Formats: sequence, structure tokens, C-alpha cells
Amino acid sequence: MTMRGPIYIIDGARTPFLKARNAPGPFAASDLATAAGSALLSHQRFAPEQLDEVILGCASPSPDEVNIGRVVALRMGCGLKVPGWTVMRNCASGMQALDSAMANIHSGRSQLVLAGGVDALSRAPLLYSDAMVRWFAGWMGARSLGQKLAMVRKFRPGYLAPVIGIMKGLTDPVVGLLMGQTAENLAWKYGISREDMDAFAVESHRRVAAAQDAGHFADELVPLIERDGTVHAADDGLRRDASMAGMAKLKPFFDKKYGRVTPANSSQITDGATWLVLASAAAVERFGLEPIGRIVDSQWAGLEPEQMGLGPVHATTPILQRHGLGLGDLDLIEINEAFAAQVIACLRAWQDADYCRSRLGLDGALGSVDPARLNVDGGAVALGHPVGASGARIVLHLLKALRRTGGKRGIATICIGGGQGGAMLVEAL
Amino acid sequence: MTFKHWTLDRDAEGIAWATLDEADASANTLGLAVMAELAGILDQLSQRPPSGLVIRSGKAAGFIAGANIEEFTRIDSAEAARALVQRGWTLFERLAAVDYPTLALIRGHCMGGGLELALACRYRITVDEPGTRLALPEVMLGIYPAWGGMLRLPQLIGPAAALDLMLTGKGVDAGKARRLGLADDCVPPRVMDNAARIMLLSGRAPRRLPLLQRLLNGPLRSIVAGKARKQVEAKARPEHYPAPYAILDVWANYAGNALAVPASSTSSLESILRSPTAKNLIRVFFLQERLKGFGKGADFKPRRVHVIGAGVMGGDIATECALRGMIVTLQDQSVERIAPAIARAAKRFERKFRGKPRDAHFALDRLIPDPAGHGVAQADVIIEAIFENLDAKRALFTDIERRARPDALLASNTSSLRIADIASVLADPGRLVGIHFFNPVAVMPLVEVVRTPGTVDQAAARAAAFVRRLDKLPLPVQDAPGFLVNAVLGPYMYEALRCVDQGIAPETIDAALTAFGMPMGPIELVDTVGLDIAVAAGKALAGTEAELPRALADRVAAGQLGKKTGQGFYAWPDGKVNKPAAGAVPAGLAERIVAPLLVASQACVDRSVVADADLADAGVIFGTGFAPFTGGPLIFVRGRQAAG
Repeated sequence: MTMRGPIYIIDGARTPFLKARNAPGPFAASDLATAAGSALLSHQRFAPEQLDEVILGCASPSPDEVNIGRVVALRMGCGLKVPGWTVMRNCASGMQALDSAMANIHSGRSQLVLAGGVDALSRAPLLYSDAMVRWFAGWMGARSLGQKLAMVRKFRPGYLAPVIGIMKGLTDPVVGLLMGQTAENLAWKYGISREDMDAFAVESHRRVAAAQDAGHFADELVPLIERDGTVHAADDGLRRDASMAGMAKLKPFFDKKYGRVTPANSSQITDGATWLVLASAAAVERFGLEPIGRIVDSQWAGLEPEQMGLGPVHATTPILQRHGLGLGDLDLIEINEAFAAQVIACLRAWQDADYCRSRLGLDGALGSVDPARLNVDGGAVALGHPVGASGARIVLHLLKALRRTGGKRGIATICIGGGQGGAMLVEAL
Repeated sequence: MTFKHWTLDRDAEGIAWATLDEADASANTLGLAVMAELAGILDQLSQRPPSGLVIRSGKAAGFIAGANIEEFTRIDSAEAARALVQRGWTLFERLAAVDYPTLALIRGHCMGGGLELALACRYRITVDEPGTRLALPEVMLGIYPAWGGMLRLPQLIGPAAALDLMLTGKGVDAGKARRLGLADDCVPPRVMDNAARIMLLSGRAPRRLPLLQRLLNGPLRSIVAGKARKQVEAKARPEHYPAPYAILDVWANYAGNALAVPASSTSSLESILRSPTAKNLIRVFFLQERLKGFGKGADFKPRRVHVIGAGVMGGDIATECALRGMIVTLQDQSVERIAPAIARAAKRFERKFRGKPRDAHFALDRLIPDPAGHGVAQADVIIEAIFENLDAKRALFTDIERRARPDALLASNTSSLRIADIASVLADPGRLVGIHFFNPVAVMPLVEVVRTPGTVDQAAARAAAFVRRLDKLPLPVQDAPGFLVNAVLGPYMYEALRCVDQGIAPETIDAALTAFGMPMGPIELVDTVGLDIAVAAGKALAGTEAELPRALADRVAAGQLGKKTGQGFYAWPDGKVNKPAAGAVPAGLAERIVAPLLVASQACVDRSVVADADLADAGVIFGTGFAPFTGGPLIFVRGRQAAG
């Protein structure tokens, strides 16, 4: 690792995470990112026009906001001259935005960057099937009445069956598994029971409820107001009545009938946005900024798509090695809760000497994570997982939680559909 | 022949491009010299006819702003009035009669005489930009479009649409002009020259109305005119506003040609151009220009505005700022208190940007709820619009001064407190100004800019410039109770309330004052602003010991606060007033109720609340709606004294 200038985190904010309720939510992805970003920028010591760039991670921007990074930069009032771009690494798109900002700051291209992630999964489109699209093309090409009649005869009602965009997005295109099925793989591999998962999920809800009551999210949340005046001030996926009995009522969703992963012990499908302001030492000095922390290091890793949930293990371990740290040296750790089974599997893999030797090149098991330091304020099972936003949210919240608890060092890590993991080592200042 | 205001070029296709760029003016107007040169251009072209003529503007500001209104003020005789009309009518008749095709390329404002010029061309193309606006606003000056507008506009777009434009004076944008048939096409600026060329050489027949419209503009004219007259009667009395009636008469009975009207007729150009109403409205126009001029004292283009208080006033002020492109942080004690203001703003933006949902969306992006008040630190302008409590405002400004940028403009929207009393807690009291908006903010054109003896000039100048950025009219006033507008409205409303105490029905009082020319009766006005507000304003003006009219006190005690509670002097089911029919109006009632307003207006001049009598007239007209045809309260008094 070469020595490079520090990457400072100046501030951050996010929208409440709004659970998708079987209909398009009140805000498009660009609305969410604009609202959170405008509010965040309104209380900085620099003007939005003074940013060097805006980088936004988004897994599924809608067709009218494909380069959503630029769209939102303009809508936030950053002016014509601030470039904006969009990055996509599935569930880690928001973390990728932070990493891209780091890279540009390190290279000297940028000094002050607004980076984050967003997704509005409730607005995932319904798509026409390929057969329907081919029929449309034929129809448009048909000139004469005879040709049109021929096309009408070729039409089959089945063509109208929509392709659900979000199911496409949550299916691995290489191995053909739903994300939940990759979690089932891990549950099978490590013998994780339905009860283990449900208990983890109940605890996630309990922690989010406690954090909400204690106001631990307050200083990162930007309330949203709909056009009709409806206020969304808090994450709304939380179930304060979450219980083992309630969890037990749900049926396995991904491997129907025989599986263990249910919607309740998986992350929720949610809309949300998160932003962080990252700065170089020079920008901190120029604008008189007061950093709240810094990103010390980052790592990406690849592994089998059908075990994508172990991505955090593969991304985190090299960072720890580089810095001579053990799991116990981390004051806090955030592992994004794509699935309860997947987080539990990560913890088991680090305790598994065989896995650590064969897959991570270690001498033996890396060790265990103290549950009291893991996802202290709950995670995506209770808050939801607006894909592009989650990687940025866990970095922001990790830092806020470190500062609150007097901790110094932590790692935020996330699994990525397609068989990857991402991790960031963060220090509170 | 060379021209001072025009350039004339011929291109390879033989098209003559006549470009108007009036010398020593920021906008083109059709003064004597400009029109004489246009006649010269037509002379020149008649010797060697071009393949076509394009008339366009060389000004960034727009096409043609209209006739030169200064010239109207110099009309001192019937002959002068006739000469002025003759000049434009004849020139445009001549333009309309040339053999070669003609086209007006309209980019930016195209008003009055400018539109009459365009109407005399065979084709019109509008350039699709926000600034493009076409109107015949003569009626607002108490006159009528006598240079061919009354003839050609109904021929082109049909009488219903044409009368609507001429009788209201309202404008249409580039796209609406195309839809009405006023423009033959509406194009983006990048292709406007080519579009003009292609249209001009197309050989296309001039637009012709469908049969029904031709009938309405021909044999059925009197029916259309009768119907339109009824609509006009509902809005303006002929003795106050003769021009709209004259427009109908000239169109229906004289084929749109004012020159054909006998001088003795009330519709004649001699009567209309020299009427007291026209004189007063033209004066009001120049007063309006004078108010606009107050915004030019400082080069101040605020980008970020912070508004504290998300009630009706604060929320609507924030909304107007966002509407005009500023980024606004709106602060109140909780996000729930801000939410109703956001909902109102969303409605306002949807209406304002109808058909342009993106613009409505982006305006909403610029309105940022800010319960923590972070926006203070970045703002160029900070406006306080919280409840009327001196201690609360002082505490707020103490905090604001600490956190705001040293160059930020600090302003209070207070209506009943003294700016000096609030400013006294500041380390730099000279920074604070009053920027006093009127409710409803979106509608009321006037904003009082209040200064104390200690206010630095730059702060007052920047406040006025900021008001102009909202397209409102800044009126500089001194820090006296009620400033100008409330100081004159208060005694007027209280006199009306005393009449209620004396047993005169509210609806009768209101009828008397609307007949006088007020846009809304005083009792309905009290209901609209709120009876509690009226009490507070009265106390601020007259002192707390002043006796309240009983009718007011009783209703406030009963919680009947007016429109907002659904019941005041009137019932307000669904926010609409339910007014009984008025009784017979006692003689002198309106005069009795207006009298205190007239006295108070003069008192404001005497006490130097405003700099001169003209500004008092302007402020009272634009701030209260005081009958504009009178020219304002002080002119009205002088006219009455002269009469009698």
C-alpha cells in the first residue's frame, strides 16, 4: 500500500428509508437524492458550486434519469460546471461512489466530492417480454392492412405477461439464482437454522427501535415532504412487534416450501438515498471544514456468485491484514443485512479454520465478532435495503455510531449480487 | 438611405431583413422616429420589391414593447389624438397592403403597437422562449388598440379570443399564440431564421378563419358584442373604465377603425385618449415604472434565501423566491409545521408551470425544509416572518446575526412592530430592513421596503433589488406605525366597522365601496385578513386604549375571525363568501368611509413616511387596490378640490 493523503468525511445525510408497499412510492430515486443532498449542502461551509464533482451509486435509475448523478447535481443547484456521474456495482453502488471519490481525491483530480447512493426499488419497472417487443417491432413495420392483419393473427395473450424488473435485478444472470437462493446456499453450507435467522431478524428490529427511541438516527435523517404535505420523518420498515412467533408465520419465499429464508429474515425492498461529503486535506484547510472521520482504506473482492453473501469476509480480511488488525481490534463493525442467513454465514466463515485457510490464505480461523459490536443499531432487515444507498448508509452510520460510543475504528462491509464484497475501514475523528 | 433605428439587409434570395434596434433605448418602442423610418423602409422596398420582408428585433430584451407611452402624455388636443392614431393606422394599413410577403419574427415581448405591427404582416412566427409574450394591453392604460388591433386581431383569431385579449389586456406565450392562430408557427431560436425564410417564401395563403368564426366576426357581431358587454359590466363600470366598452363599440359598429368614430361619441379616440381615466392610468403606469426603478439601486442577485416562519406569509414568501429561481431554506419549529407550506407551494408551482411539470418539479427542489435553520449560514437574504412578538424577534435576530454571513441582508416581514425596536439588539442595527409583503403574496404586487434612520443605504437598496427579483414593486417607506399601506387601510376599515355599529348592513357597505371602485369591500376585506389581525393592526396604529368597534369586538370574542374560521361578518362556506343582496346605499356612504383613507394618505406624506405624494398614490393603489382609475387617493382629493 502506498502512502496517500487522507480522505476526510465532513458530513453526511440520508432520507428515511421508505418500505415499498406493492405500488410505486411517493418519490423517484432522483427526488430522494435531491431532497437529502439539497438539505445536506445547505449547511456546509462551502457552496454547492464549489464541489469538484458529484458521484452517485444507483443500481436501477429509471429510464429518464439514467445518469442520475448529473441529474441530481443539477437539481440540487450545484450549477452547470460541477460534473456528475453515476456508478453501478449492484448492492455496493453507494460504497462504489465513495471509493470512486477516494480514487479521484487520491489522484489529485478532486478535492471536494459529494458521493452517495440511491435507489427507489418501489419504482422498479414492469417490462415487456422479448416476445412482446418483437411483436411490437413487427407491428410498427407493418405498412399495409394485410400486413397488419397478419400481425394481429400472430399476437398471443401470453406476450402481455410483464417481466418484473426487480425480479430480474435480484436474479444472478450468470448462475440463474435469486439472491435469496444464494442465501439458502449459505444456510445449507453452515447449517444455519430458520430459528437462527429469525432470532437475528427480531434482534435487528429491536435494535432499530431502540436506536430510533434514543434518537440515534436523528442527525443523519433528512425528513421528506410529499407534494400533498405528507411528512416522512422516520424509517418506516421497522416492526416494533417483531417476535419469533410472528417470524414463524412466514413461508420460505425463494426456495418455496423447503427453504428457510423468508421475507421477514431478509432485507426489505425499500426506497432511500444517502450522501457523504468527502474532502482532501487541502479542501479541509481551504474551506475550514471540520471532519468527523476519515476513510482509511477500502477493498473489493470476488467470489462464487452462488455464495455472494460471503463477500464481506473476502473484502474485510485483506484490509485487516494490511493494517495488522484482528476482528477484535474493531470497535464496531457494520455488515449489511441483505439476509440474516448471509450475515450469520460471514461470522461462521471467519470462525471456520478450513475456510479461512483454503479461501483466505490464513493460518487458521480469523476469529469471532462480538455481537455487541456488530450492527449496533440494527440493519437492513429492519431498515430496508435500497440497494444503491445501503453501502453509503453503513459507512455513514458506522462513523456516527463510533463517535457516539467513543469508538475509534470500524469496518463497514457489504455483500454484492454477482459474487463480490466491498469493505471500508473508517476512523472517527 | 440609412436609418438610425433600423437596419435593412437583403440576402441572396432577395429577402429583406428589417431589424429594429432603437437607438439609445433598452427596448424597442414605436415612437415617431421609429415609425417614420419604417415608412422610409417601405418606400425603399417599393422601388425594388424584395422577395419578402422579415421584421425582427435587434434587442436582446424583446421584439417591440409597444407605442411610446411618453407620447400619450403629450396629447393636449383632439387634433393631436387624431394625428397619433392616424400615424399608426395608416402605416400599418400600408404594410398590410404590400405585394410581397411579410413576416414578423417575434422573440421576447411583443406588446400593444408592436403586436399591431405584427398583425399587419402576412405571417407571424413566435420564438419558443419563456420571455416571448404577446398582448394588447392598451385597455390597462385606459385606451384601446387603435393602430389596427381592433380590426385585425378578431379577423385572425376570431372575435371571442380577440375580445378576451383586448378587453383584459392579458398576454399569451409563444405556444399559446400558435394554438390561437395568432402565430403561424412557434419554433426554437436555433431554427428561427430558417423558419422565417421558409415560411416567407412558402406562398402559403394567409390564415383564414373557419366559417362560424367569420360569421361571428361579420353578421353576428352584435350578438357577440352584447354577450361580451355583459361580461365587462360584471367587472368594470363604464363611468370608471370607458375603454373596454369603447373597444366593443369600435369593433362592432366601426369595423375596428377608431378613425371612423365621430368625435362626439364616448367611444371616439378623442374621448378615450383624453379621458381622465386614461390620464390617471397612464400616470399609474409611470408610477409603476418609478417603483421598479428603486430596484436598480444595487447590483444584487441573491441566490440563496432563508425564510424563518412557515406560516401563510413566510411559506408564501419562500414559495415566490423558489418560483423565481432562488434556492430557499424554510425554517420553522418542526417539519410538520413546514409541510403545509410545501403543499401550498406544490400547488402554486403546478399552476404557474402548467404544461411544464419538470419546471414545477425543479421549483419544488429549490424549496428546502430546514427545521434546524442551517440555511442561515449560507443565505444571501434572511427574512423573518414569525408571530408578532418583539422579544421573540429580537432573540431570533441576535442568533441570526451571529450565524449569518456578514454581507447577508437581514429583513423582517413585521407589519405591526417597529424595525428600529427589533434592530436595536443587533451589533450592527443598520443591517436590518423591513420587507413587508401583503397577503396573498402571490397576488399582491406591492412590497414595502422599510428603513429606519439608522438603516444603511446599501441594505435598503439591496432589499428593493431583491423585491424586483420577485417581480414585485418595492416602495421605500419609513419605519412608522403601519408604514403606508396599513396606516391608510386601518382608518378606512375602522370607519366601515363603525358604520356596521350604526346599523348599516355589511353587504350594503361593501356594495357602496365596490361601486366607488374598490376591488373588494372593506368588510369582506376584514373577513379576509382575519378579525384578530384587524384588532392587532388597529392597536398597533391607534394604541391599545383605542376603542374597538363593537361589531368587531363581539365577533372576535365569539371566535368568528373571518374566512379562516368559516364565519366573520359573512359566512364562508368552503372558503367562498356568502353575501346577502345589498340594500339601498345611503347617500355619501362611500365618501364617508373613504375619507379617513384620504386623510391618512396625506398624513403619511406630511410625516414623510413616503418621499412624496406620487409614491403615496402608487403605494395605496398597488398595496390596497384603491381604484386605479382615480389615479390614487391624493390625486383623487386634488381632483375633487378642483371640481368643487
